Amino acid sequence: MTNSFLFIAFPYLSVTIAVIFTVYRFTADRYSYSSYSSQFLENKELFWGSVPWHYGIIIILLLHIFAIIIPGAYRWLLAGSRIELFESIGLGLAFLSFVGLIILAVRRLSDSKVTAVSFATDWLLLFLFLFQVGSGIYIALTYRWGSLWYLNTIVPWIWSLFSFTPDSSYVVILPMIVKLHILNAFFLIAILPFTRLVHIISAPIPYLWRPYQIARWYK
Amino acid sequence: MNIRTQISMVFHLDKCIGCHTCSIACKNLWTDRKGAEYMWWNNVETKPGTGYPTKWEEQSEYKGGWEIKGDMLKPKMNGRWNRLLNIFSSPPLPTIDDYYEPWTYRYEDLFNAPEGDDQPTARPISLITGESINIEAGPNWDDDLSGSTIYARNDPNLENLTELEREQLNELERLVFFYIPRMCNHCLNPACVATCPSGAIYKRGEDGIVLIDQKKCRGWRMCVSGCPYKKSYYNWNTGKSEKCILCFPRLETGQVPACMHSCVGRIRYLGVMLYDADKIENSAKVSDNKLVDTQLDMILDPFDEKVITAAKTQGIHDEVIISAQNSPTYKFVKQWKVALPLHPEFRTLPMLFYVPPLSPIIAKMEGGKFDVVNADSTAQTDHLRLFHSLTDSRVPIKYLASLFSAGDTSKIDHIYKKLIAVRLCMRSITVGDVAQDDLKKTFEMGNTNAEEAVMIYRLTSLPSIDERFVIPPMYREEAIESFENVYDYKSSAGFGFVQKAERRL
Ligand code: HEM
Ligand code: SF4
Ligand code: SF4
Repeated sequence: MTNSFLFIAFPYLSVTIAVIFTVYRFTADRYSYSSYSSQFLENKELFWGSVPWHYGIIIILLLHIFAIIIPGAYRWLLAGSRIELFESIGLGLAFLSFVGLIILAVRRLSDSKVTAVSFATDWLLLFLFLFQVGSGIYIALTYRWGSLWYLNTIVPWIWSLFSFTPDSSYVVILPMIVKLHILNAFFLIAILPFTRLVHIISAPIPYLWRPYQIARWYK
Repeated sequence: MNIRTQISMVFHLDKCIGCHTCSIACKNLWTDRKGAEYMWWNNVETKPGTGYPTKWEEQSEYKGGWEIKGDMLKPKMNGRWNRLLNIFSSPPLPTIDDYYEPWTYRYEDLFNAPEGDDQPTARPISLITGESINIEAGPNWDDDLSGSTIYARNDPNLENLTELEREQLNELERLVFFYIPRMCNHCLNPACVATCPSGAIYKRGEDGIVLIDQKKCRGWRMCVSGCPYKKSYYNWNTGKSEKCILCFPRLETGQVPACMHSCVGRIRYLGVMLYDADKIENSAKVSDNKLVDTQLDMILDPFDEKVITAAKTQGIHDEVIISAQNSPTYKFVKQWKVALPLHPEFRTLPMLFYVPPLSPIIAKMEGGKFDVVNADSTAQTDHLRLFHSLTDSRVPIKYLASLFSAGDTSKIDHIYKKLIAVRLCMRSITVGDVAQDDLKKTFEMGNTNAEEAVMIYRLTSLPSIDERFVIPPMYREEAIESFENVYDYKSSAGFGFVQKAERRL
């Protein structure tokens, strides 16, 4: 019962909340979409925090998603001795983002100007991400070859959710810390529309091909 | 020919008295808000000096404007990929310390302090943190150079001056300065627009005003670095960037922008110019010494029949063409050629032009006679000597050239000669002591004639408000009415923006 709530109802619920409220916020209050950069108030520590954090987390996140979308290619990546290289890179990136996070958190606590512009959601995000990345590192170190069993447990479970034939048996057998890692991830997805994380959705990729100059006519 | 209209400005620096009325008018109207206290969309700087934000002209640090790479015109901050890869912490971004930390005073201490031997004081507190601060800089901290040589000595424009010229400028008893009021130039090739990853900044097609769409801005803060004039500002409270809007709500209702309307020295002129938008990129791509010429070349003659018919077929309203013909800026910039853009080498094609100040020349009393130092002794009369002393004017011409003509002193020289000719012409009319020969020579040197000189004089000294500001009708209301039912909005809070401008989540 608990399991089917946590690993079936909760993921559906969190994605539903994320989609509905992101769309709602985008239509009703688009003005509130921003990265809320605090670099203008403090830019030295930010560099050592924000850059490692983003480079680390974005690549790791993409790899998680990549495994879900194209499991075949992901499996090929891990074949044979490549898995060792793959996991060390993954772990390196995780440490990179973890260090970045700590610097970001210390910065937010210690610089009075940044503290002054901090919202409760900023603290919450830092806390949740510290747990998320921290638990990820712990799992990588204690339950070896997570990249591989991820493919055989969580990926099919996500697919079962996608195809509306939910099957929590894939994940209920996993250790506690892995379960918490999963649940925290879906919690982060659920609160995305209520935090500054909406900046991920506004990633300005079209900048790569739009013309430099923009003119608008009313007519 | 792709004809567009652009509202442009001319500031006549000889008339600026450095009173900051313009800045205050703007502040009261637009930036007296949390997060915007430190912003001065209009500010007035003492030159030579380091300005606001400190050393904004130093593009090796701030990376504003454009540069030519190979045969491409690229933002100095680098291309698109580079922007995105550096978005998480953008290296050239100025911080609040480059402007100043806004503060107020704990005034209530003056009333609540317990009785004691000392006078109570109101301690300064930061408007960001609310804590006590030591004020280290403030708006116009270097006004009139603050009685110090530090600000003048650190001016980036002094780079090309010889040691001797620098000394000349700095020598305390001769220390000379002038003011330059600055605001967004509403450039034809704006770097703020080009560097905005969200595409939130745009130029209004109808009048060329450059605006930031607050609903599209995502706080990537690239425009702050991109604008070489540092006229786009990051609001630390709302997480959005803001800039001068040229008081478009006033312009649309036929009113003069607040800074211009309030200007005590009446140095400001505003009018519309027609230009050829097809030429934008190529005009910004030429070598430094040709930039001013190519920019003037883009500006079209509103009296030319060909231009008029082309403009009409491209949907530009008859009345807009008439205001382009009456535009005071067209006269100063293109017809008389006495106004130049600030730092054309930033290649944004700024549409705010400055008439350079005719700074006092060096003279000394000798034998009861006021004599111009180093004046050419072959010149027969004192009046003509004025020309020859130009090179010895107290603000070296090279300095002005590095501000207004990318280092080309001949441009400043031409303007000076014309402005002196205007003065001598008026002297001959009002005092009558200038020999006709001298006057003729003066006109030759200034490349002008009596008729033009009188016109320049009139628009400089005696213009009415309608001559200084020729606001084109904008027809935006009509345009809006044809697409939207404006009566839906009757008695509501205006078109669109009803949420509070502050961070919510
Ligand atoms: C997809 C492209 C992304 C871009 C362009 C981007 C950009 C930014 C920027 C500009 C900031 C503000 C930094 C500053 O204070 O100046 C920021 C902050 C932040 N971003 Fe991202 N981001 C991206 C993806 C992500 C992802 C995938 C995550 C997490 C899953 C994330 C989490 C955060 C967090 C937690 C902060 C706040 C840091 C702090 O506490 O100061 N971002 N991001
Ligand atoms: S002055 Fe700066 S902010 Fe204004 S249009 Fe030019 S580049 Fe943009
Ligand atoms: S109000 Fe006019 S005269 Fe006074 S500082 Fe501003 S531009 Fe100069």
